[in-house]
Amino acid sequence: MQIKTMAEYAANGETPEILFWVGCAGSFDQRAQKITKAFATILDKVGVRFAILGKEESCTGDPARRAGNEFIFQMMAQNNIAVLNGYEVKKIVTACPHCFNTLRNEYPELGGHYEVIHHTTYLQQLIDEGKVRMKEAGAFKGRKITYHDSCYLGRANNIYEAPRKVLEALDAELVEMKRCRSNGLCCGAGGAQMFKEEEKGTTRVNFERGKEAVETGAAVIASNCPFCMTMLTDGVKEQGKEDAVQVLDIAELIAQQIA
Amino acid sequence: MHIIQELLFVIAFGVAVYLFYRKARQIRQNILLGRDVQLNDEPAARWRNLLLLAFGQKKMFRNPLVAVLHFFVYAGFVIINVEILEIILDGILGKHRLFAPLLGGLYPVLIGCFEVLAVLVLAGCAIFLVRRNIVKVKRLNQHELDGWPRSDANYILITEIVLMLLFLTMNTADQALQQHGHEHYINTGAFWVTGPFVSLFSGLSDGTLIAIERTCWWLHILGILAFLNYLPYSKHLHIILTFPNAYYADLRPKGKMENMPAVQKEVQLMLQPELAADAPAGDIPKFGAKDVPDLTWKNLLDAYSCTECGRCTAACPANITGKKLSPRKIMMDTRDRAEAIGEQIAKTGSFTEDGKTLLRDHITEEELRACTSCGACVQECPVSINPLHIIMQLRRHLVMEETSAPQEWNMMFSNIENNMAPWKMSPDDRDKWAVEMNG
Repeated sequence: MQIKTMAEYAANGETPEILFWVGCAGSFDQRAQKITKAFATILDKVGVRFAILGKEESCTGDPARRAGNEFIFQMMAQNNIAVLNGYEVKKIVTACPHCFNTLRNEYPELGGHYEVIHHTTYLQQLIDEGKVRMKEAGAFKGRKITYHDSCYLGRANNIYEAPRKVLEALDAELVEMKRCRSNGLCCGAGGAQMFKEEEKGTTRVNFERGKEAVETGAAVIASNCPFCMTMLTDGVKEQGKEDAVQVLDIAELIAQQIA
Repeated sequence: MHIIQELLFVIAFGVAVYLFYRKARQIRQNILLGRDVQLNDEPAARWRNLLLLAFGQKKMFRNPLVAVLHFFVYAGFVIINVEILEIILDGILGKHRLFAPLLGGLYPVLIGCFEVLAVLVLAGCAIFLVRRNIVKVKRLNQHELDGWPRSDANYILITEIVLMLLFLTMNTADQALQQHGHEHYINTGAFWVTGPFVSLFSGLSDGTLIAIERTCWWLHILGILAFLNYLPYSKHLHIILTFPNAYYADLRPKGKMENMPAVQKEVQLMLQPELAADAPAGDIPKFGAKDVPDLTWKNLLDAYSCTECGRCTAACPANITGKKLSPRKIMMDTRDRAEAIGEQIAKTGSFTEDGKTLLRDHITEEELRACTSCGACVQECPVSINPLHIIMQLRRHLVMEETSAPQEWNMMFSNIENNMAPWKMSPDDRDKWAVEMNG
């Protein structure tokens, strides 16, 4: 596989179909790197001409902004927008709902206007177009999968159905947690909580959510966010179920089962 | 005799309306303490919210059983108040059941409907009292409700029950008098709910019945006028402010944070110093919010619209897991502080520092730092309140005005600034995964 950067495309006078915005977690976090690789594998297999920004990509500024540091956010945002506009980027796909929310909702008023798509929506489109097809005897056929709505895809942007439709393509049995869709319970990482110790309480948010997810009896918890991934993985461990229950990103599930 | 009653009524009515007007004006002033924001765009979407969220109580139906009971109380209370129009006119003109001759056969049907609604209101309020005080539903018994807020809720429910009982008793006595052929009590025929109870009263003398009827009439209308003036001091103000609050609700995607143009400009000048020459020197703006006047007027309208139902807090992941944060408390604190500032202005004519602020004197850093910005509080609120917006503005003040942040956040800030990622990773390794895949 040959993953090319925007700079390489530009040097050849070419334009990719989409820019794959990898995000910091997808780039640096070892677990999230697997999601990144899975999604890149799908794109490559389907033959989508995609680029990454590579070393030119920076944090969108989301955690800084939500912690209250608007200066750092503006620095990141304005730099990123300069880079994106420099390459005349039109369409961005990202596997991180925080990046997705910031790029889609917060960059336009700073001068960054792009079509921004979360990878679960993009996968749904590829499936609908028949470009992504699943294996006949899939490994998840008939198995119980539960889906965790990330706050930044769900409530923040009202995307509840696309990820579920992708999961349906696996022929798995989708079991919902009691708190799902707009009632979904946070994993505990948003609002820059990922980067600090939780405040004092009776339990951790991810333990609460992990418990709820495990109680569905699902063999797989499907997530759409690298931060939820970290939180839920720990939540499942706390339940002592790490051997029985896997936490997998929707891109990983598809990458495993793509025909 | 009649003229005295009419006079007393007009005075009571006038005083009640004047007092309410005065307090309402005070609350309007308090709300306008907030900074200005333009929320008049997209009128079609705003009218839609007003109809669906306020009139239709759409979000209440996330819990259908409670929603139906609440709808009875709401519809009953509003519709029965149509009857108030007649009562007021009767009071002023010294008439009795002014509309009865005008409406003919329709009149007892109309009153019958009001009576059915009155029973539904009564039942609804009784069930709500049970939920609060006997079943002890968690969100209705959390500690931020200790003291006045808990009593306030019970007073409202008890008052509504009493008002409905007065209305029904009044009608019963009225029909008994009709049966006695008392000339002032014109014949309307039996009413649906109270009709069968008239026999209970039929043995009483005209004098006693008139005393009962008049007492109920007076207590009912005085009760309503008193209730009107209780509203502005109570969480029950939501019955009025829900409507403007739905109209002015945030229409942006919930994930979008408010931009700070002053910081945007400053960073722009830093990144492109060549622009600085042309840039006019502006005032040094305040970053974020420390006190009520730093918030928007919509935040303050939110605070006055809050009925302390606690759906936000019940859905808050921080609160569920035992953290101090409660979005409902954020709203209650904001209203309390706005009231305190308003009182000071009413006394002294202007607001001067009183050594207190919304931040710390009401809302602690620990509460603010527990928020995951998940938006569940905003999603749940039936009356279009956004506690998250207040939390984020207070966080901005903490970080940008006081450089007060947990050590881990300061490290995260410096990592982003220096390594373009929240972790201490080399920017050169950002595409390492791709290099690995490229083989």
